[in-house]
Amino acid sequence: MNSINEIIAYIFIAIGLAFDFFGCLGLVRFPDIYNRLHSSIKCVTLGTSSILFGLFLYKGFTHTGVKALLCIGFLVLTAPVSAHVLARSAHKSGVKLWEKSVCDKYAEDKK
Amino acid sequence: MIKVRLNIFAATFIFWLILSWTLTAENIIIGAVLGICVSFLTSELFNKDAKLLKKPLRYLWFFYYIPVFLWECLKANIDGAYRVIHPSLPMRPGIVKVKTNLKSETALTFLANTLTLNPGTMTVDIDQAGGFLYVHWVDVKTDDVEKATEYIVRKFERILMRIFE
Repeated sequence: MNSINEIIAYIFIAIGLAFDFFGCLGLVRFPDIYNRLHSSIKCVTLGTSSILFGLFLYKGFTHTGVKALLCIGFLVLTAPVSAHVLARSAHKSGVKLWEKSVCDKYAEDKK
Repeated sequence: MIKVRLNIFAATFIFWLILSWTLTAENIIIGAVLGICVSFLTSELFNKDAKLLKKPLRYLWFFYYIPVFLWECLKANIDGAYRVIHPSLPMRPGIVKVKTNLKSETALTFLANTLTLNPGTMTVDIDQAGGFLYVHWVDVKTDDVEKATEYIVRKFERILMRIFE
């Protein structure tokens, strides 16, 4: 029983690490701040949640495991807000979109 | 007002007990003191939405919302990973404008957060008075307001309207 729990925990941690890696790779490869925020916020939120869930499965209902579960809640609630604030402040302070971007309704409406 | 404070106190106290997990006298005393402080400091913030907590149907819709949201989040991650490892970066990024019928602040916050974790979309700004959201979209299919609303917002708007409005 215990070992099955541990194996599932390792699988979750591995998936989380893979998604975190892709998120950080996107941070390097994507062309402008908005696309970078996309990859970093999405992949890192689910990746880190997956790692924390794996930790919960590994530790069970002890004080470590329960704190990991609560951290997932905090992370999912706060990460999108930080992405929104970063994107909005970047746009307000005049950071341009990538030159191949299709449209920018936000800039049109602000004029 | 007293009722709201009692609710907040109960919520924070139970939350603290779960967070500390071991039932000792110190934990209970600290939790009670902190709960009283928090309930006095924040009761005005939660005063207006307190009536929503009494309707059980909303909780059922919330439990329906969680798996739908997790599935979309997983799709978003696979989509993002595909775009990252593809050698030519398949993207047509742009900021589009979408409409929403949601009015309350909680519902708009949840909608914006959900969109940020959905495939290919990220909320940049909200115009609460007009009911518009400015969404950065990695793969712009249309820059028309109505069509973009169909593509991006509709699916979660239906659920969130039943939970929060």
